[in-house]
Amino acid sequence: MVKVKTTKHKMPEQEPKKRIKNFNEVPYGYDKETAIEEAKRCLQCKKKPCTEGCPVEIDIPGFIACVANGEFDKAAEIIKAKNNLPAVSGRVCPYENQCEGLCTVKKISLYAEPVGIGRLERFIADYERNKGVKIPKKAKPTSKKIAVVGSGPAGLTCAGDLAKMGHSVTIFEALHAPGGVLMYGIPEFRLPKDIVNAEVNYIKKLGVEINYDVVVGKTITIDELMKEYDAIFIGTGAGLPRWLRIPGENLDGVYSANEFLTRVNMMKAYRFPKYDTPVKIGKIVATFGAGNVAMDCARTSLRLGAEKSYIIYRRSELEMPARAEEIHHAKEEGVIFKFLTTPVKFIGDDKGILREGEFRKMKLGEPDETGRRRPIPMEGSEFKMKIDTALVAIGQSPNPLIPKTVKGLKIGKHGNIETDKDGRTNIPGIFAGGDIATGAATVILAMGAGKRAAKAINKYLKLKK
Amino acid sequence: MYEITEKKVLSETVKLMKIKAPLVAKKAQPGQFIILRIDENGERIPLTIADYDREKGTVTVIFMEVGKTTRQLGKMKVGDSLLNFAGPLGVPSEIKKYGTVVMIGGGVGIAPLYPIVRELKKIGNHVISILGARNEKLLMLEKEIDEYSDELFITTDDGSKGQKGFVSDILQRLIDEGRKINMVMAIGPVIMMKVVADVTRLHKIKTLVSLNPIMVDGTGMCGGCRVSIGNETKFACVDGPEFDGHLVDFDNLMLRNRRFLCQEEEACNCAGV
Repeated sequence: MVKVKTTKHKMPEQEPKKRIKNFNEVPYGYDKETAIEEAKRCLQCKKKPCTEGCPVEIDIPGFIACVANGEFDKAAEIIKAKNNLPAVSGRVCPYENQCEGLCTVKKISLYAEPVGIGRLERFIADYERNKGVKIPKKAKPTSKKIAVVGSGPAGLTCAGDLAKMGHSVTIFEALHAPGGVLMYGIPEFRLPKDIVNAEVNYIKKLGVEINYDVVVGKTITIDELMKEYDAIFIGTGAGLPRWLRIPGENLDGVYSANEFLTRVNMMKAYRFPKYDTPVKIGKIVATFGAGNVAMDCARTSLRLGAEKSYIIYRRSELEMPARAEEIHHAKEEGVIFKFLTTPVKFIGDDKGILREGEFRKMKLGEPDETGRRRPIPMEGSEFKMKIDTALVAIGQSPNPLIPKTVKGLKIGKHGNIETDKDGRTNIPGIFAGGDIATGAATVILAMGAGKRAAKAINKYLKLKK
Repeated sequence: MYEITEKKVLSETVKLMKIKAPLVAKKAQPGQFIILRIDENGERIPLTIADYDREKGTVTVIFMEVGKTTRQLGKMKVGDSLLNFAGPLGVPSEIKKYGTVVMIGGGVGIAPLYPIVRELKKIGNHVISILGARNEKLLMLEKEIDEYSDELFITTDDGSKGQKGFVSDILQRLIDEGRKINMVMAIGPVIMMKVVADVTRLHKIKTLVSLNPIMVDGTGMCGGCRVSIGNETKFACVDGPEFDGHLVDFDNLMLRNRRFLCQEEEACNCAGV
């Protein structure tokens, strides 16, 4: 067996105590030397299990070999051949379940860590951005026009790929800013908005036009777009927040994760009153749910000045869906985890302001249809706890605007648009991908869906003429 | 950018503006709203559509200066531009023949009522309009609404115009007189809509109200505009803004609309508006 360092090279980070007082990014990223050393941990195995685990099929050993040789430009080219937004995915991908989870280095011993593929991707993306991004050669113009609805990870990826294929692409964005969840959902300290803007600029440089303030389904309909464009990709993402459906949920002090994060991230409420949009945070904050969005809420609360920030989750630590890194960072920052606990009601004062929560203890039963052990309420275990702010982060349903307004479009039972694996809907020429098709998932899965749809659209356009 | 092409000062605190937004003007329907943002640091605020001119490509909004953004907007001039103007949002009013409709507008709520009055009249309803305001100065669109009303009543809190009292007094009188009313619509302060709904509930008269909760995106994403309708949580931006007045939890709406009062004051003080 080849001798390899069994642990990843550390990525320097802001100290937890310091960083909960600011919104600056937590990790600083590798320097060149560390990146090269980390890249040398890759065994360059022939099977490339990492690439198989990558939703956008990056040639991972290929780019890592370049990093190991100090050929960073070439590494960037290899990544960009498959991934339009590497600075994003290099920060927010759940590597441990994908590329890194399948890494051969991990199999060397029980404690061996995989190659830091995410960290290397991030390093290369940042290297390239700082140097000035190279615009790749595009295919010959095809004179085909495509409308992309939504500028989140699915839409941006699909638009970028179609532009590279020579098509003319226009994105329609409902909000005033691009990026979708990358802008309104993921906090600055995890994904700086300058980086999102830089990635969007790359897509624009590929020739993609972005129109803001256009709410497709309202300002213009899919039917109207169909008359002007040869194909449409719908990537409108997750929409309406899910609720706990318990008494007191509409009290002042209870926010959906989406409202809370949109205020703070996209509207920059953390810089109120320089920015006009406010947000209120109490001394004791309870976040419900244990996914990435919940971690974002709990960590944002600390930065806004909460004295105590709880994650309240009805299952146990083992079942938490968040990325390992988010949970680790949240713990470091002092987020308090209360497992096997579920809220029963929110209690307000005479002015309707949230003051207290009533909770119930849970225990785990047999695995349910998701494979996770089902939480079972423990009767008589109710207790009360003072809380000032409640953040509900238990998921979203797909955005309702388009499913409601396109005649004949096949809609799934959760309000999602039904597609095949390449994003084809039941209507020829209309494609969809990302959370609008699958329900709330990850950034990288949305990017993968955008990519597959771009290929399918290209094929469709060729057959059409 | 969306240019302000016309501005009218309706009263000290109420302004009318026509905004150049051809795509929105083309699709706007009575009952819908828009979301605007003045500048890069601005917040997104919803305003109900008061009128639209599809040919000129303009949308009319009428707003009362109540917070930082509306005060700042009120200071803007013809030729100035807004950074963002998105819409038309929300479900349009159902324009159909009900028979006799009582259309109630309170204060700045008279503005969005106007296009609904017009369209309901055009398709043959018998329209009774009741407009109310604190005083004569705060009344608006009296002439325009009169043009499309079969009967028009005015009330002011201080008696400076029309009958002294509230819109609900007139409504109560019409009911007491035994007038057959097929539908009542009320747009205005939450408390006014609540009182109207209380009056009609006893007589089982279909009542629609247009709600104006605090919104952020306005496109069905954030859930900030949620309202309790019956025992269900609905979103004013995509399910509304019109709801069955007999099912709305008005007390909760009032409470939720007070969520950021302190911050609003702070923002006004900081901006000196």
